[in-house]
Amino acid sequence: MPKREDIKNILIIGSGPIVIGQGCEFDYSGTQACKSLREEGYRVVLVNSNPATIMTDPGFSDRTYIEPISVAGVRKVLELEKERGTPIDALLPTLGGQTALNCACQLHDEGVLTEFNVEMIGADREVIHRAEDRQAFRKVVEKLGLKLPKARTVESMSEAHSFLDEVGLPLIVRPAFTLGGFGGGIAWNKAEFEDIVTRGLSASMIGQVQIDQSVLGWKEYELEVVRDGRDNCIIVCGIENIDAMGVHTGDSITVAPIQTLTDREYQRMRDASFAILREVGVDTGGANVQFCVNPETAEMLVVEMNPRVSRSSALASKATGFPIAKIAAKLAVGYTLDELRNDVTGTTTACWEPSIDYCVVKMPRWTFEKFPEADETLTTQMKSVGEAMSIGRTFREAFQKAIRSMEVKRHGFGLDPLDPWLAHQRGDTTAEWPVPEDKLARKLSVPSQGRPWFVRAALRASWTIDRVHDLTGIDRWFLAQFASLVEFEDRLLACGSLDAVPAELWHEAKALGYSDAQFAWAFLDSVSPEAILQVRDRRKSLGIVPVYKLVDTCAAEFEAATPYYYSTYEAPTETVEGGVGPAECEARVTDREKVIILGGGPNRIGQGIEFDYCCVQASFAAGDVGLESVMINSNPETVSTDFDTSDLLFFEPLTLEDTLNAIERLNGGGLERPDRSGGVVGVVVQFGGQTPLNLARGLVTAGVPLLGTSLDSIDLAEDRDRFAGVLRELDLRQPENGIAHTLDEAVEIAGRIGYPVLVRPSYVLGGRGMELCYDEAALRVYIRQSLEASDLQNAPVLIDRFLAEATEVDVDVVADFDPNAEPKPNLQLAEGQARAVVAGVMEHVEEAGIHSGDSSCFLPPVSLPEPVVERIREAARALAGRLRVRGLMNVQFAVKDGEIFVIEVNPRASRTVPFVAKAKGERYARMAARIMFGESLDGIGLEEKNIVGQHFAVKAPVFPFDRFPGVDVLLGPEMRSTGEVMGLHRAAPIAFAKALMSAGLELPVEGTVFLSVRSSDKDRVVGIARDLRSMGFRVVATDGTADRLAEFGVQVETIAKISEGRRPNVLDMIQNGEVALIINTPTRKGGDTDEGRIRAAAVTSRTPLIGTLTGAQAAVQAIAALRAGTWTVHALQDHFPASEEAELSASS
Amino acid sequence: MNTESTPALLVLEDGSVWRGRGFGDTTTKTGEVVFCTAMTGYEEALTDPSYQGQILVLTATQIGNTGITTEDGESAHPQVAGFVVREATPLVSNCRAKTELPTWLAQSGIPAMEGLDTRALVRRLRESGAMRGAISNDPAQTPESLLAAARAAPDMSGANLAESAGPEAPHRPSEDLGGWWDGARDMPKDRVRAKDHPYRVVALDCGAKRTIYKHLVDRGCEVHALPANSSPSEIRALEPEGLFVSNGPGDPAAVDQAIDTLREVAGEVPTFGICLGHQLLSLALGAQTTKMKFGHRGANQPVHAAGRDRIEITSQNHGFCVEAASLEAAGCSITHRHVNDGTVAGFRHDSQPIFAVQYHPEASPGPHDSAYLFDDFVAQMADVRG
Repeated sequence: MPKREDIKNILIIGSGPIVIGQGCEFDYSGTQACKSLREEGYRVVLVNSNPATIMTDPGFSDRTYIEPISVAGVRKVLELEKERGTPIDALLPTLGGQTALNCACQLHDEGVLTEFNVEMIGADREVIHRAEDRQAFRKVVEKLGLKLPKARTVESMSEAHSFLDEVGLPLIVRPAFTLGGFGGGIAWNKAEFEDIVTRGLSASMIGQVQIDQSVLGWKEYELEVVRDGRDNCIIVCGIENIDAMGVHTGDSITVAPIQTLTDREYQRMRDASFAILREVGVDTGGANVQFCVNPETAEMLVVEMNPRVSRSSALASKATGFPIAKIAAKLAVGYTLDELRNDVTGTTTACWEPSIDYCVVKMPRWTFEKFPEADETLTTQMKSVGEAMSIGRTFREAFQKAIRSMEVKRHGFGLDPLDPWLAHQRGDTTAEWPVPEDKLARKLSVPSQGRPWFVRAALRASWTIDRVHDLTGIDRWFLAQFASLVEFEDRLLACGSLDAVPAELWHEAKALGYSDAQFAWAFLDSVSPEAILQVRDRRKSLGIVPVYKLVDTCAAEFEAATPYYYSTYEAPTETVEGGVGPAECEARVTDREKVIILGGGPNRIGQGIEFDYCCVQASFAAGDVGLESVMINSNPETVSTDFDTSDLLFFEPLTLEDTLNAIERLNGGGLERPDRSGGVVGVVVQFGGQTPLNLARGLVTAGVPLLGTSLDSIDLAEDRDRFAGVLRELDLRQPENGIAHTLDEAVEIAGRIGYPVLVRPSYVLGGRGMELCYDEAALRVYIRQSLEASDLQNAPVLIDRFLAEATEVDVDVVADFDPNAEPKPNLQLAEGQARAVVAGVMEHVEEAGIHSGDSSCFLPPVSLPEPVVERIREAARALAGRLRVRGLMNVQFAVKDGEIFVIEVNPRASRTVPFVAKAKGERYARMAARIMFGESLDGIGLEEKNIVGQHFAVKAPVFPFDRFPGVDVLLGPEMRSTGEVMGLHRAAPIAFAKALMSAGLELPVEGTVFLSVRSSDKDRVVGIARDLRSMGFRVVATDGTADRLAEFGVQVETIAKISEGRRPNVLDMIQNGEVALIINTPTRKGGDTDEGRIRAAAVTSRTPLIGTLTGAQAAVQAIAALRAGTWTVHALQDHFPASEEAELSASS
Repeated sequence: MNTESTPALLVLEDGSVWRGRGFGDTTTKTGEVVFCTAMTGYEEALTDPSYQGQILVLTATQIGNTGITTEDGESAHPQVAGFVVREATPLVSNCRAKTELPTWLAQSGIPAMEGLDTRALVRRLRESGAMRGAISNDPAQTPESLLAAARAAPDMSGANLAESAGPEAPHRPSEDLGGWWDGARDMPKDRVRAKDHPYRVVALDCGAKRTIYKHLVDRGCEVHALPANSSPSEIRALEPEGLFVSNGPGDPAAVDQAIDTLREVAGEVPTFGICLGHQLLSLALGAQTTKMKFGHRGANQPVHAAGRDRIEITSQNHGFCVEAASLEAAGCSITHRHVNDGTVAGFRHDSQPIFAVQYHPEASPGPHDSAYLFDDFVAQMADVRG
């Protein structure tokens, strides 16, 4: 069927801020959808509150609304588009994750879609209901003669017993309406069953528990399905979870293709997937269906289905080369699969099932270190924040590549500095080896992020595969693969020295995925860049070099057009007449000049989608200046790893070894650019966050030219002593500070500066390991505990004076100074007067002490006087000049009593770059990249842009606290937010209110506000309480705060503290939903205090909570603005009409 | 993943040498080297008689993971001349497995190898077309000796392998399908079934896959399988209500006797052909077949079914195809076409009840999208019966 002509304007809803379970994979799918629909001539209107996304670049849609994804927000968009004479005809809800799907359903249920005559395409309301509603879905499945795990909701013990009689033990008991499964558990015997059901019935707010048949230990699978309007169905990819049922797919290590099913079993799953899709009624688009299989009987049960593209479809797209989201978007507007082309081959149809001749492993990345109190156990609720994917010809190769993609200081499955067995072998008595048997058994049976290492420990300790299988539920095939790696290590180590490893064993090791770093640790006792380079030289001298193979969707059956590569080690070619030649390498190297852009690897807190945005912009910039772009990244969720983002894509771990290999291949051998034209002119390490920066030193040591700001400047900014010198030169101040290499030194410095002090290891990202110490005791504890947080051995600790109640300011700068880097990039730099342009100055809402990534901020500043802001700009420009910045730089300042302090400088892309770009309508990252590639500010005509008087942009963070019940929601110097949203409006308070709305915090315009502030805030809270009263809010407080308010004549009601024992207390009020807003400034840490419980209750009851007084002040103003009138929405194209045309033309 | 394996060699007629580690039987075999892109179903593929005389290369890289169930096989033993994979595993991880792949191949006299760059090998076959080759894990063999053996091996063009691949004497497949087939679980629910008494179907068996018979028997057919060289009178003597022509190995044009027989009897009763059967029926009706460069072998081959206006993802295994124009000139309509290259994937005779497909509706291994063709066959017999 040809595309539909009856629709013209299509609304796409994005997935909003990055949260656990909804990461940048939806930026990838949404970006594909926008591109593919515009390609068909449709007018695309986008709503997404997340400014860090690539899809919200105005070039990707005709109308870009960075607005709240809510019924109210989307309704306003529909109204405005109608007024403008371009009414929305259709809504595509299936490409923006659960957020978009939920929003679309609400829009439908509230009649908005009918009112505006908008059709849902891809999946309609009924379809979503049948797929998402447990009961409706069960009906669908059972009608088809398929089965779900048995489940029943019961309200009494007798009902529970009758289900027990029917199904048998073990059973999983989950109380209804409690968070995080509180009160639930797995019952293995009858006594336990009765115990848990009793507990669950009382824990449940509605006296209900759901009891599920246990499928723990069953093998778990996922099929990615695409269906078109003519009922053509295909499976794009089957994915097998290594972790058995009981661990969320997002938290499982997964493999494609499916490894442990026979064709009979696989086809049964395929048939069931299609039957379910048809019965649910998914007319067009992508969906996934999950199954579990009993390993003992091959019985298959359906687990669930998602009637939309998902994290797994992003993974499947990258694993196979089949762009699911792009195809799904085209199917939604009427095309059928056979009418679409397979873009990878360029010649075959999209209506077919990819065949893959390699193995893909996906590994999740967690950040439990950010939430030390959180339960690390992996359950059916997802806890990871990112993932890496790796490709190898065999499972073992892919598995070890995946490990070294994770950046968790592991270089493979063993033989690295964190391998306790090897440490023990070498006489390290502190190594935990052998792992006590009972601990090992527990670590195997309870899934957690470290389980693969315990599997290794067990295999190393000669536990049988059967025993490990019984404890972990991991299929024996995978365990046998792991065991063979352990066995191989013995053969490798038996060589005794690097030079004694024979070439054949070298080849075998590399084909098994062993890294140069593992060799370096095994034989040279170091993983320093120098040691790795030494291993590399030895390896190359034996002729052991990787080849690159294509991801082509077809297992080489057809010639493929898309340059999407992975490395592997293959056997040499040989002919009878011609003898032996090098192994076959498929990398097609042109004679064009190339730049390599290093991506950010797996997402984590502090390093996420913002950096992918920057990398993608750098790739576009390469195209702007006529260079070939080469992307290296390992994160399957991203736009940067889309096969048509860059000219070449290497899906590889971001390690020194893998990067150097790619460069060498692109240069036709050698790391220096060959004399002929072409080759790698340089590498961009400043756009992907800390990951590529960590590689910079090794790259330079190896002789690879870096583009942009030099490594020395990066060091100058990061080395405290050198940096202090820079500031003295420029006559800039920084908070008093010192650098301590020992505990005694730290105590001495802190004593001199005066408490409280801010302490942190050097070279960290996202405030990792950063803490505020109020006294010497706390400092001593900190120093002892957290010296490990840095990636560099013997890294010193930085100690700063803490500027209480200072205003923090973030500044992003683009500059074009000559970096004078060594080795010199092979690029010609444009002549011209070098200078620095301030892209944006952002004033934080929260005061200093809260990590900048966790703060809300205003652009332009709301409270700082213009002369102060101009002094900040001058300081930033001066710093850029002194550091000879070429490209991007971020500076954090603190302003206290009109005085400006430099907190830190990072001469690289910052987290705020995409936000600033959206706020100001300039593509700073792309321009900065062009400057790194040789152009000048004058050449591209970039000037400072002032938006004062036009609008305000507010960035607000989003936190994962609802995933970690019991974790106190306090903010501090350690970054804990996973994502961000943006509010844009003429009036600052409205912009702030919109940002909060998008972050899921709906400010009330009436009702009760509960105030509880620490003593130092008690005076300042008076004004806030007074304002709230004047707007008609009821103000409630506990004793201390209430007394102070009463003293100032504010009418306030007193409520009992929890610890008083009187009821009802404040907790009752919150849980009963009587509180509309909580303002609580914390005093002490800990979830077991009154205030900790209040904050936890706020999270569970989804009551808006504001934790700082500055935040509360901004919120009060926002409430006043909301009460005064309704808020409006605007497309970025309205804010920046002049640039619209340029943006549109520059998108591809 | 055997560490103490013997070196193995595969040499193609173009002189390329592929070294790996041997498993299976320690012996030397020659054959046409072909590749298959199906990711599951190595047991079914290895036991498919259509692979006789061929050295099979699988593109999927981890093979042997689920062992050998024996019940999933398409015939009683492996049929390939040799087997080539990137990595084989001796470990069995499936509850239905009876034995492991390397042992099973060794017992069946089949040489196999792993550890070579199968992707480079496939690319070579794709570029140069299917070639003859010699595989050996016999240490006495050298690249030179194997090259000579490969070049001396018979060409697939002109090879009549169907007669030997099929049974020597008539048999009743329903009797030897065994109890291992759980039809109720895997068959489409709405399949057409015979009413009253079974349909008597004569199958010209050129090396038929078991699953084809399972589909027929499950639909209530009484199947009488006859050798490929059976005469028209032998067929007529059974008074069939339907005639089926099976898959099988080799060059269809060389199976003279079967073509002659079909020229006489095809269409007397509803007639259905699969794969080689499709080619034999085409030849009998006067169309021509040609050898393809490297054929279609995989479980992801898209076929457009004109009558249903749908794409079926099909299982395919053929190195020859029927020329479309000759088929149309012979009074046939093309009902199915391969979407990627437009080759004929199925036809129907315009006036007689003859239809056939080039691919494998019985799947095994592969998708079940096309099982309806068996229903169509049964429905035609039902129409005749009235």
